[in-house]
Amino acid sequence: MANGDRGNRPLSPHLTIYRPQLTSITSILIRITGNAIILSVMLIVWWLFAAATSLQYFEVADAVINSWFGKLVLISSLWAVWYHLLGGVRHLIWDRAIGLDLKTAEYLGWSVIIGSFVFTILTIAVLW
Amino acid sequence: MVQLRLPRNSRVLTGKTWPKPEGASNIRKFKIYRWSPEDNDNPRVDTYFVDLDTCGPMILDALIKIKSEIDPTLTFRRSCREGICGSCAMNIDGINTLACIYGLDEVKGDVNIYPLPHMPVIKDLIPDLTNFYAQHASIMPWLETKTNTPAQEWKQSIEDRKKLDGLYECVMCASCSTSCPSYWWNSDRYLGPAALLHAYRWIIDSRDQATGERLDDLDDPFKLYRCHTIMNCAKTCPKGLNPALAIAEVKKLMVEKTN
Repeated sequence: MANGDRGNRPLSPHLTIYRPQLTSITSILIRITGNAIILSVMLIVWWLFAAATSLQYFEVADAVINSWFGKLVLISSLWAVWYHLLGGVRHLIWDRAIGLDLKTAEYLGWSVIIGSFVFTILTIAVLW
Repeated sequence: MVQLRLPRNSRVLTGKTWPKPEGASNIRKFKIYRWSPEDNDNPRVDTYFVDLDTCGPMILDALIKIKSEIDPTLTFRRSCREGICGSCAMNIDGINTLACIYGLDEVKGDVNIYPLPHMPVIKDLIPDLTNFYAQHASIMPWLETKTNTPAQEWKQSIEDRKKLDGLYECVMCASCSTSCPSYWWNSDRYLGPAALLHAYRWIIDSRDQATGERLDDLDDPFKLYRCHTIMNCAKTCPKGLNPALAIAEVKKLMVEKTN
């Protein structure tokens, strides 16, 4: 491709000036939740690892998991799993080249956002 | 590559505030990106005040008024003033659009105007579109045929012609490509929504005989598949087209081709 870089030309502003769109926010959230889930899975693995090691170690890990902070992380992760899953379903629909008109795309975006919270609350209600 | 911060020479400074027009009651504030290669300085944002009582209804009218009455050094591209040439594409109020068909009444509060995002700036609101045009040329935006040229013309049924609706209207203003975060980070290898919409326009043209070659050329992790359906392109297109849909159709054809 042609090289657009001629001398000391500045690069025009991008992220800081572009207005966030429903579609762009729901898109980047899929990536953010995906990475966040990896971290929380590591936390759970650590908890299981502690359980397999010794009672004293498990009590420490279990206290961390059951602290208010641990619960916050786990509930957020639960939301992240639901968001990521629903976002993935939206991508499967889009891969059929349907639902891509702006109105449906934004409707799907809101569905993913609202759905992720509804399913999180339902999951907590069922598991509690 | 993702680089969230602007390079050191591109960070925007506060610029000059130009005087308000005298005796005007209906004043609108414009904050406009300025940079000239002759300045030897970073870009800045200048503030202008426009008397709307003596100004046309569109953003472009205000820009022309600023250039003729306040600051003749303000530089921007414009030509047809009716949304068909694509010259005056710029970032207005946080989205990319054509200044000539975007109304002043569509913007709430101060009017912020920047060049198309993440592009090398030639001067003020004029981006360097060299790479963008080269990408368009790379998808062979013309009819490719192998059989002998017919005596009269390459004929097309009404149904086949209809498949080009929503594609042929593109005026290559670059609003979509420069709204796409994927294009911001990978414009050296990702073709971007505009070029891909044009690629699809030729792929589904019933008269074109190079469909396989066209698809083969796009079968690349970057050229096509850097589209993550962020949909800023469709949202911002001043002509109401949907490059995201065109790209999804190309991806679908790609799967059908390999099966």
